Amino acid sequence: MNTEVNMRRLTMAQAVSEAISLELERDERVFVMGEDVGKYGGVFSATSGLLDRYGADRVMETPISETAFMGAALGAAASGMRPIAELMFIDFFGVCFDQIYNHMAKNCYMSGGGAPVPLVVTTAIGGGYNDAAQHSQCVYSTFAHMPGMKVVVPSNAYDAKGLMIEAIRDDNPVIFCFHKGIMGLSWMSYFEGSTNEVPEGIYTIPFGKAKVVREGCDVTIVAVSQIVQKSLLAAEKLQEQGIDAEVIDLRTIVPLDRQAILQSVDKTGRLLIVDEDYQSFGLASEIASLVAENLHNLRLRAPVRRLAVPDVPIPFSRPLEQFVIPQVDDIAKAAAELFEDQRMAVKEGV
Amino acid sequence: MEPTKQQLLWMYEKMVEIRRYEETMAKVYLEGKLPPRIQKGLAFDIGAGPVPGEMHLAAGQEPVAVGTCVHLSDDDTVVGAHRPHHFAIAKGVPLNEMTAEMFGKVTGLCRGKGGHMHLFHPPTKFSCSGIVGAGLPQACGAALANKKRGTDHVALAFFGEGAANQGAFHEALNLAALWKLPVIFVCEDNNYGISVPKSQSTSVPTNDVRAAAYGMSGVLVENNDPIGVFKAAAEAVRRARSGEGPTLIEVQTDRYLGHFQGDAEVYRDKEEVPKLRKNDPIVRLGDALRKEGALDDEQDAALGAAIDARIKQAFDFARESAYPEEQEALLHVFSE
Repeated sequence: MNTEVNMRRLTMAQAVSEAISLELERDERVFVMGEDVGKYGGVFSATSGLLDRYGADRVMETPISETAFMGAALGAAASGMRPIAELMFIDFFGVCFDQIYNHMAKNCYMSGGGAPVPLVVTTAIGGGYNDAAQHSQCVYSTFAHMPGMKVVVPSNAYDAKGLMIEAIRDDNPVIFCFHKGIMGLSWMSYFEGSTNEVPEGIYTIPFGKAKVVREGCDVTIVAVSQIVQKSLLAAEKLQEQGIDAEVIDLRTIVPLDRQAILQSVDKTGRLLIVDEDYQSFGLASEIASLVAENLHNLRLRAPVRRLAVPDVPIPFSRPLEQFVIPQVDDIAKAAAELFEDQRMAVKEGV
Repeated sequence: MEPTKQQLLWMYEKMVEIRRYEETMAKVYLEGKLPPRIQKGLAFDIGAGPVPGEMHLAAGQEPVAVGTCVHLSDDDTVVGAHRPHHFAIAKGVPLNEMTAEMFGKVTGLCRGKGGHMHLFHPPTKFSCSGIVGAGLPQACGAALANKKRGTDHVALAFFGEGAANQGAFHEALNLAALWKLPVIFVCEDNNYGISVPKSQSTSVPTNDVRAAAYGMSGVLVENNDPIGVFKAAAEAVRRARSGEGPTLIEVQTDRYLGHFQGDAEVYRDKEEVPKLRKNDPIVRLGDALRKEGALDDEQDAALGAAIDARIKQAFDFARESAYPEEQEALLHVFSE
């Protein structure tokens, strides 16, 4: 990085498209493909302005044929290119998952390391704007569950840019998930914390390094993506109640920074995992297991708590949707409840 | 384009090599899988013996592989399917490492992690997949990469007639035609999707007509004819190399063995295979070469002996190679 860094405030969408632009500029093997990635600039503006700058050979509109273009992205990656393929909504993985989990994710392993797949899949996640059950999911845990894909879940513009450049340079399939409600779009309310200072030029953020976005000593809140922004607001409310929350932004869930979670829990003795994905068998459960497996090194002051979508599809009706997706008040309440639970304290006394 | 004598001899030799390889594999595969060496009450044990797992052999389908691959170099990409040996051999994948892979040995193409349906050999740009229809989009991607780099290299996807009813087939054909990709789709019609005959799975008698729906050339090669495949592929490869876009070729071919080894083949008449074998493409091409004076019995015997020696060497190599260490199972999820 230059010593004189020109910082600007960018939305996450601007940061993502700037990162892609810099890599298109730097590396001829990089190209973008997907639905509406050209003139439209991506339905969530992740490829805004790229067509004008790099032309239709580098920024390719595809038919609505996810199996064809995900498979083609894989074939091109196996043939020495470094494609970025946009899956418009992560919910659409159902129409092309064979190419993703049976091929993209497995070819490196099945070939004994001989046929790596340097490919970035960019995709929009999350709800909060009443797009209902087929356009509001997160489901990144599904991708994380299957071996062979790195899963990136940024919470703000600065991280998104550095993580995107890192993703494009990685020799493996990377699922890059951007939450619609932090992209800073002009047509959807968003969390302002996600629009932040971003330096011009190239920088990378390594995968598997969580960031403590708020230091605290009473309770650890682990989150990704938009939930990080919600958790920071919840932490302010908790402060008013005298609870000092530490908020950890994992930034990537594959690889997962287990050490950062354990260190923080060791410090605070309390853990709340907040997730916009379905509660069971997912990220929240994985982190809870991690802590359970390390109890010989940790002293918990309260049971681990998960706050996530309660194993129902995302409903349409606004009050229902807001109810199932963790909100700022829900996070503050769940964290505060960890201090009401005296069972662990009783045990400690024994 | 007519094949030269040299090309015909290459095709003949490769067909013999494929046939003898598959026949050898059929025998070796059965080692340890039959009574009395297996669990009492079983007729067959798929997980036993030196080559465990499923085994899909291509005896009878040699013309599809040799009539196409004769036009290719190492720079051209081939994506095969679950029955891949004939394509791998015709593309020049080394026999020793390929065989060792099927034995699950560390010297295998994929260090024993792929097995017979998942063979990867980047130096000859060969790969295959056990998922029906999955290779077509991937061949489009390889073709796209070739086009972006400004080369005249082409990509071929091989798949069975059953795969032509997958969405991936139709999506890939549209994409290839739309982007004028240097790709050739080769449908091997052996008339059976496992047990279901084409007449019960496919709405059109032949798949070449489906090309028209995507504004693409479609060609039908009948009678399991290696020279017919040669001619159709020559034109398709020429078109692809010169920027004229994709072609769909359907080849009517014959599967002499079961869908997989151990298949009781209850779905076809016992007389069917002996009848198919009477029209053997290797015999027919051999006779044609003899007629032209390009092959005599002595040459044929010498060629066969050399092939047998190569195959024996490959199976010996596989048997003698070590298994991977258990810890190898934890490597290669990601490229480091």
